[in-house]
Amino acid sequence: MLIRTQSPIKASEITDRGLYLSRRQLIAGAAAAGLLPSALLAAPLPNLGKSQFDTDEKPNSLKDITTYNNFYEFGLDKEDPSKNAPGRLKPSPWTVTVNGECNKPGTVDIDHFIKEQHFEERIYRHRCVEAWSMVIPWVGVPLGDFLKKFEPNSRAKYVAFTTLNDTSQMPGIRMLSSFSWPYREGLRIDEAMHPLALLAVGIYGETLQPQNGAPIRLVVPWKYGFKSIKSIVAISFTETQPKTLWNQAAANEYGFYSNVNPTVDHPRWSQAKEHRIGEFGRRPTLMFNGYADQVASLYSGMDLVKNF
Amino acid sequence: MPIRLLAHLACAIPMFWLADQAYFDQLGANPVEKGIRFLGDWALKFLILALAVTPVRRLSGWNAIASYRRMLGLWAFAYALLHLLGYVVLDQYFDWQNIGHEIIKHKFITAGMAAFAILLPLAATSTSGMIKRLGGRNWRRLHYAVYLAVPLAALHYIWMVKAGIIQPLTYLAIALLLLLTRLVYARRQ
Repeated sequence: MLIRTQSPIKASEITDRGLYLSRRQLIAGAAAAGLLPSALLAAPLPNLGKSQFDTDEKPNSLKDITTYNNFYEFGLDKEDPSKNAPGRLKPSPWTVTVNGECNKPGTVDIDHFIKEQHFEERIYRHRCVEAWSMVIPWVGVPLGDFLKKFEPNSRAKYVAFTTLNDTSQMPGIRMLSSFSWPYREGLRIDEAMHPLALLAVGIYGETLQPQNGAPIRLVVPWKYGFKSIKSIVAISFTETQPKTLWNQAAANEYGFYSNVNPTVDHPRWSQAKEHRIGEFGRRPTLMFNGYADQVASLYSGMDLVKNF
Repeated sequence: MPIRLLAHLACAIPMFWLADQAYFDQLGANPVEKGIRFLGDWALKFLILALAVTPVRRLSGWNAIASYRRMLGLWAFAYALLHLLGYVVLDQYFDWQNIGHEIIKHKFITAGMAAFAILLPLAATSTSGMIKRLGGRNWRRLHYAVYLAVPLAALHYIWMVKAGIIQPLTYLAIALLLLLTRLVYARRQ
């Protein structure tokens, strides 16, 4: 029996750029005709530069990236966010407030930010705690560059992030009433300042679609995907370790660090291997999701079993 | 006889649907996961249907329904077998070492494997010939094991999910309710 262990995605499965753009024009036409609110559109991002951190692995198709999502605010099934978020989540106008232990707290208008900022494309591996993975061409700015503008002070030991918590836009929130909404995540300040940590506003050169966490989200490629919080409305510098939603939901299963680690299993399933979307079988999971050279020093001397 | 044939076809509908969806690539970005979960879900549904036959017969007096119990049980086994094959072949790709590790270390796999291990001899002894050979009493004793297999299958589902525990809990609640009716019936006898 011939079964390929590695089945690279056929080039034809990845949306042809011309086709993609023509589809965009079609949607833009519908929006112009008043059939769709213009805020829903994924728009091409200007000022796009390349990055030194790209993986040379083949990115997943835009279709896979936009239809296989965990965004429980829009439902539990992987297809739910792509069905429920577009048309409900309003990514514009959007502001992110930044406060806490810093000298220059402020509010950022994201429409303005997207227009003015110089962005990088970063092709990163993305490893979910559920043991599946993708390769995603994000567009964004280094998180540290963004945070430094607010001048965090010496008491800023951690950075806390909060997702929008609006039941009128997010039908999944009420269905999961046992969760302590809003979705919250956090990083240690040195993790947040690491050049790999990205504040993303786009995928495949276009603004984020609602199901991927529009208009602005975190991407921390060496940690499990749930750390990469979506649709951020608030960022705060804190002196103590911030509470995070998954840790509050099940502290024994989702630690604050949640670094990708094939040697530390989730209490209920193995993390040694992962299913790369688009392939058959499973491939070995890499320490720190393959970013050990860059980030392992952040955790030197730490017990990674205890600090899972 | 045509009614039985129709019943078989009805039980096969989910399988046909899955084959159709797979053939036309309609199972989304992770077709393996979706297919495996779909098959497991139907295995559990058929197990619960099979468990429901006797209480329904007792409550309604509709005795003819008893002859469908074996059919439902065997379809449950068929879906469970495909569910397991999907896991071993498509998900794990015959990685026996990892499968062994999962069975020992991760209770949701342990529970699923235990449920299947119980169903296997029940399916193997489902023929009329086997009933005769074992003797009705022994056969019945052996098949009481399904009372353990169904809650184990439901636990397998409960322990797998990250959130959204309501659906798997509902399966467990229905299974336990159906088992309770037997206890109540036995007390009254």
